[in-house]
Amino acid sequence: MALDITKILKSKKKSLFEDWMKNQLSNEGLREDLVSNEDLRAQSEELINILLQTLTPENLSDPSSASFDPVLEILSGIAIVRAQQGFSPRETGLFVISLKEALLARLQEEVKDNPIAIFEESLKLNRVMDHFIINSFETFIKGREEVILRQTDEIAEISTPVIRIWDGILALPIIGTLDSSRTQIIMESLLNEIVATGSSITILDISGVPAVDSLVAQHLIKTVSATRLMGAECIISGIRPEIAQTIVHLGIELTNIVTKATLASALRYAFQTLNLQVRKAGTQNATNQ
Amino acid sequence: MIISLSKDVVIIQREQDVVLFRNRVKEFATKIKMGLVNQTKLITAASELVRNMIRYAEGGDISIEVVSKGRENGIRLTFKDTGPGIADIQLAMKDGYSTGKSLGLGLPGAKRLVNDFNITSEVNKGTVVTIIKWANG
Repeated sequence: MALDITKILKSKKKSLFEDWMKNQLSNEGLREDLVSNEDLRAQSEELINILLQTLTPENLSDPSSASFDPVLEILSGIAIVRAQQGFSPRETGLFVISLKEALLARLQEEVKDNPIAIFEESLKLNRVMDHFIINSFETFIKGREEVILRQTDEIAEISTPVIRIWDGILALPIIGTLDSSRTQIIMESLLNEIVATGSSITILDISGVPAVDSLVAQHLIKTVSATRLMGAECIISGIRPEIAQTIVHLGIELTNIVTKATLASALRYAFQTLNLQVRKAGTQNATNQ
Repeated sequence: MIISLSKDVVIIQREQDVVLFRNRVKEFATKIKMGLVNQTKLITAASELVRNMIRYAEGGDISIEVVSKGRENGIRLTFKDTGPGIADIQLAMKDGYSTGKSLGLGLPGAKRLVNDFNITSEVNKGTVVTIIKWANG
């Protein structure tokens, strides 16, 4: 009769669990600051219970079997929580790896008379556990990525300040890449600010935009059109020499839009349009009408 | 004869990957001492193509290579996707033509920005675009 290690493991659940906990607690990667011993015990117990429940001789040789789904679900839950709590990948990996070690050590102890069978069976068990480890890594990374995505959203939110630089003149420095969602945020805050301040000129400064491709240009053109509909003029400033050359090669038409190389010259243009003059205190201006 | 010196592959799945990819291209371009104008042109062309990839094919993979021909060094980018493909490449290469709601400058614009542009596409199989920009081209 073939060796059924799942039965052996199931019958030794209690001692397995203790072995595993000992493994985990003796490991230097244990993070008592992040998870209490009781929580860890509860997590571990839940996992080992469900694992031993689902483990059968049939699915042992098929790591991707759907019957493991409950195990994976619990594992993913643990991995995601750990990613958010700030565990390192190594610490998260060790959680499952230490279980694997406990399982294999227990097997070795229980079955001494049949080395060939035990080797074959442990190989299968290894595959299943490796599958779990990979899975928990994947979810761990997914958890981290969610954190990053949330931060990206936050950055997009805070990096679009509309500044009132003069009565009737707004400036909006754009830093980073303009994508659809950011353009939406920019346009919204700009248009609202135009209404709130009654401004007639807005300056979009793109000094901080690394590359202007046709999509970015399209977003800029849309923003300009929208501000014009609101009755304000829109100037694009901060066009660097290399960006200018690239725009020409790309074939983007910006001829209907007032563009300036620097924010300073855009401001000067805005002053001219509003019939404002900037001069040194005390000097008389001859051209004053 | 074009010799490939070093190679890197970037997998593109969503819009956030564009920035990462552009930074990789910039790294490569800086390594071979490409000038700022050419760098910007290459990055812009790359950015056009990668956006097409995300928009029409839901991503794909791009290989970045440092290539050398005689005394000249350059960057070769190969964009591979398994999207819907392009039925009429000639039409797609025309200025102002777009099946999406864009300006229709992506493909023809990218072609003007680089030294070598090659596109092959099969409907329902995918599209491969290869571009080369020489450091002093």
